[in-house]
Amino acid sequence: MWTFFHKLGSPPWLYSISGSILRYLVPLTILALACGAVWGLLFTAPDFRQGNSYRIIYIHVPAAVVALAGYYVMATAGAISLIWKMKMADIAMKCCAPVGAALTFISLVTGSIWGKPTWGTWWVWDARITSMLVLLFLYLGVMALYEAFDNKEAAGKACAVLSIVGMVNIPIIYKSVDWWYSLHQPASIKFTGESSIHASMLYPLLLMIASFYALFACSLLMNMRAEILHRERRAGWVRKLLQGPGSQL
Amino acid sequence: MYFEDIHSLLAMDGHGAFVWAAYGLSLLVVALLLILPLRRRKRLLREIDGEVRRSNPPIASQQEGA
Amino acid sequence: MPAPPAPAFCLRLLQRQLVLALRRPAGIANPLLFFAMVVALFPLGLGPDPKLLAGFAPGILWIIALLASLLTSDTVFRSDFDDGSIEQLLLAPQPLYFSVLAYVGAHWLVTGVLLALASPLFGLMLGLPAVALPALFASLLLGTAVLSLVGGIGAALTVGLKRGGVLISLLILPLYMPVLIFGSSAVRAAVQGFPVAPQLAILGAMLCLAIVLSPFAIAAALKISVDA
Repeated sequence: MWTFFHKLGSPPWLYSISGSILRYLVPLTILALACGAVWGLLFTAPDFRQGNSYRIIYIHVPAAVVALAGYYVMATAGAISLIWKMKMADIAMKCCAPVGAALTFISLVTGSIWGKPTWGTWWVWDARITSMLVLLFLYLGVMALYEAFDNKEAAGKACAVLSIVGMVNIPIIYKSVDWWYSLHQPASIKFTGESSIHASMLYPLLLMIASFYALFACSLLMNMRAEILHRERRAGWVRKLLQGPGSQL
Repeated sequence: MYFEDIHSLLAMDGHGAFVWAAYGLSLLVVALLLILPLRRRKRLLREIDGEVRRSNPPIASQQEGA
Repeated sequence: MPAPPAPAFCLRLLQRQLVLALRRPAGIANPLLFFAMVVALFPLGLGPDPKLLAGFAPGILWIIALLASLLTSDTVFRSDFDDGSIEQLLLAPQPLYFSVLAYVGAHWLVTGVLLALASPLFGLMLGLPAVALPALFASLLLGTAVLSLVGGIGAALTVGLKRGGVLISLLILPLYMPVLIFGSSAVRAAVQGFPVAPQLAILGAMLCLAIVLSPFAIAAALKISVDA
């Protein structure tokens, strides 16, 4: 267990193991995403109330779920880097932010596009959309703070503190936005509960959620590999990597 | 398959524009999520390779000769 | 000379911050002036209709108070960071947790409490019914304390940066949202004649949570900023 933990902290080991993981994970992810999208687009019946526009759910919900989980991954990595001073956790935290922000962006944009045929307007200040918007701001705040520091070591620590503060706040923000919305909810807008979703629609949704998790892992690992190279560019093992037989140029 | 032909698939009973726009945009962002880090890593490898060649040409030339 | 015990040390720190603030009365008056000026902007932007203004007043007053607190939170640690006092504080034997609370407490006393005291006046100017004024005062008193604590985290994170001004608002505005929601809703409930105790109780709960947790974050952030 501890040797595994120590290995995780070693840049060359992480670089090479993530390379071999990605070799299989990336094609698998793309395949799963394609299957899920085709399944959702072509092989499911339309929703009896929303018609075909509900098919956006197969990207909207997975992106939102993974974007939220991504914040927790980022904050956990930040906590690990603060507590154990693990460089790789610091890199993981830094690389989570853009990926999470992109997924939050997907869920916001698809939600807005879905809103037009369903509610007749591009944007509704609904509890979930508002919470996702706040999540996007939290991600962008972490990225802005990282960019503002010249000393990248301090930047990583500061972002770790900020993301932990954000993690404590996310449940509070979500609960208060929920409460705020229930207070102002206009009677004309009704939501179909996701718990009542039919099984034939649920399975492609679950597949898409799993593939978005895999997508998050792929993009995170790829970003981490680039960041490792950037930080270790003077290290001996990077030079060896270039001169080695399997040089990846 | 739910749809009868390609036209009904594209139209989706009038919701086609929304559904395809949402999927298209997401495809774009997903592609960027995968391509940008890959390109950054390739660029870094090229840069580091250049640095190595510039900083110690004798060793590099020896290795090329060998 | 032995080091003073932590409570006495904190009181002295608080006193020092207050004295420093009182020596620059302009610094204390600025947030209040900002409050007054932005209140004057709303009738110009929305039109002078008293009914319309009274309807928006709870939200308007709360947002302005929030911005006023945000604008000044940048300065909580700034001057003491620049002259090295913060570095001394990190080395002091007293727990940083309580010293940091003294800084934030001083900020709350010179902005939050004053804003809460002045708010009934601006509430009347915007046509807020008199029954809602106690709720406005109480919610601002509790809420600005949370804002000062959360703002202190942002201030400690950005204190080492040259251009922290806009950045701090990006970092902490999302964290302000729950306070805004419950604060303005307390005032709105009072206007409509509903009890305001639930909202105030939630603001109090947020304050307790913020008092317990945010000094840890502020202390950690100050250490990082000093190291950088």
